[in-house]
Amino acid sequence: MKTNDMYQPVVHAIFIILVALCLFPFVLLIMSSITEESAIISNGYSFWPSEFSLEAYSYLWIQKAAMFNSYGITILITIVGTFVGLLISALLAYPLSRRDLPLNSMLSFLVFFTLLFNGGLVPTYLIYTEVFHMKNTLMALIIPGLLTNGFFILLIRTFFANSIPVQIIESAYIDGASEFKIFYSMVLPLSLPILATIGLMLTINYWNDWFNGLIYITEPNLFSIQNLLNRMLVNIQFLQQNNLGGQQMSANPPMNSVRMAMAVIGILPLILIYPFFQKYFVKGLTIGAVKG
Amino acid sequence: MAQTGWTPFFKKLKRYRALFLMMIPGIAYLIINNYLPMFGVVIAFKDINYAKGILASDWVGLKNFEYLFKTADAYIITRNTILYNGSFIILNTVMAIAVAILLNEVRAKLAARFYQSVILLPFLISMVIVGYLVLSMLSTESGYLNLNLLPMFGMEPISWYFEPKYWPYILTIVHIWKYTGYLCVIFLAAIIGIDHEYYEAATIDGATKWQQIRAITVPLIAPTITIMTLLAIGRIFYSDFGLFYQVPLNSGPLQPVTDVIDTYVYRGLMTLGDIGMSSAAGLYQSLVGFILVLLSNYIVSRRNKENALF
Repeated sequence: MKTNDMYQPVVHAIFIILVALCLFPFVLLIMSSITEESAIISNGYSFWPSEFSLEAYSYLWIQKAAMFNSYGITILITIVGTFVGLLISALLAYPLSRRDLPLNSMLSFLVFFTLLFNGGLVPTYLIYTEVFHMKNTLMALIIPGLLTNGFFILLIRTFFANSIPVQIIESAYIDGASEFKIFYSMVLPLSLPILATIGLMLTINYWNDWFNGLIYITEPNLFSIQNLLNRMLVNIQFLQQNNLGGQQMSANPPMNSVRMAMAVIGILPLILIYPFFQKYFVKGLTIGAVKG
Repeated sequence: MAQTGWTPFFKKLKRYRALFLMMIPGIAYLIINNYLPMFGVVIAFKDINYAKGILASDWVGLKNFEYLFKTADAYIITRNTILYNGSFIILNTVMAIAVAILLNEVRAKLAARFYQSVILLPFLISMVIVGYLVLSMLSTESGYLNLNLLPMFGMEPISWYFEPKYWPYILTIVHIWKYTGYLCVIFLAAIIGIDHEYYEAATIDGATKWQQIRAITVPLIAPTITIMTLLAIGRIFYSDFGLFYQVPLNSGPLQPVTDVIDTYVYRGLMTLGDIGMSSAAGLYQSLVGFILVLLSNYIVSRRNKENALF
């Protein structure tokens, strides 16, 4: 294998270029957020601030009420959505993993068919707004993402079916354990790997979701951080116009850098904890790709 | 013995009642979130009038579809959707295979993990953030390209968000940037699964790296490539809404080249309030999408039953 060693520097060189290509937009974003506004106006966004300034962040600190509120919404929907979504999924997946369950194939098909066909945006929107009146409620940010479709359920079902021996379940049942007791004291503890993986995917989905907020939420107080960022992207004056901070603002906020600072604050938490969950994230992506 | 077939069935239901109870929230959810909208596609055949309510609105037959297909819109959004997704499938697959093969060559484990994490980072962030990243490059008054990069080559600034001709390239680059990492992870998992003995035997026979890649790696991950590609083709009628909505900042002048079925449906519903047209476009997408999923799955199952979705 020694002959291969000459390839290594070339391979590393290629990856250093790829890594740079992946990272440079982020570097530009961060650098722009700490550049003096007048320097942005004359020199544009650049990789090295010609004049360093934290003005954008101190402006956002004045506006912190709006930021904290949006972060609060995001954290709330992420925790509730992930927990409830995981619970509902596991409760549905477990019976479907039991081959002895009557009507199993029909019910499994009911779950599976949601992957093949969907009614699309218009009927979904009308049902949530006209039938269930969820417009401008927190529910609209939580409910649509709980399961989305049957995909995660099928993944969990496969895990249950393959890794929990039927004999254990049967003997527990014969010993008089109820199905619920079997579920929470045997099935769930044995399934922590898949539950953690699916939980992570749900967490990321909720944290990143801006679509439900875009269509169901018009009330700025209910904006998640993604929706706040979304509005600021299209309308740079959004924070100021809505006076969400509840404070008197300076006449000329440094908007070009504030915008970038907002985005930095929006991605920072996810990027900071990414190294700790990346292994599970990769695992989640690969089990999702192979057959459920 | 005189029992009918039903009595044991009900007895069985009683025995399994706890399991059925567990399924109620999930099934109820799927009915509300997935099945009601499926039946809701009949909206496309109605003239929705909020005053009358959805159910009581008048039936108009295929009129919504007639309108949709009479305009140039239907052709434009279908063309854009298929051309974009088609090129994404080809370019992403080629890029991801190349990167996955290279990543597998990195001997230092720590470095390999670092590279993979960074390449996957764009996949992790939301399209809203991507919108910001692109804006910092392309903003007309302060973007990096207009103020720093183009002047280096003596070029004039460009009003990126008003010039449709650049956007097919911009959107393609952004898509590759965001999604190569994901596909690469999938292909890498397949490559790692290849038995090392093949490579050892090939090395003893004096095969070069390039020969090994062509004769061992690519053929052995071919099933994964085929499946991922067919699944993507099955979804070719659905676009990444965020890419086509957030990244061009919903800019009107760009619409001829950035409008896909998903953005058209969204705009019809949320901005124009034209429910008839947008639900017709939505049903057109759902139906063709459904047929394509069935078709691509049929092809997968003909090649390899194991890998088919159903």
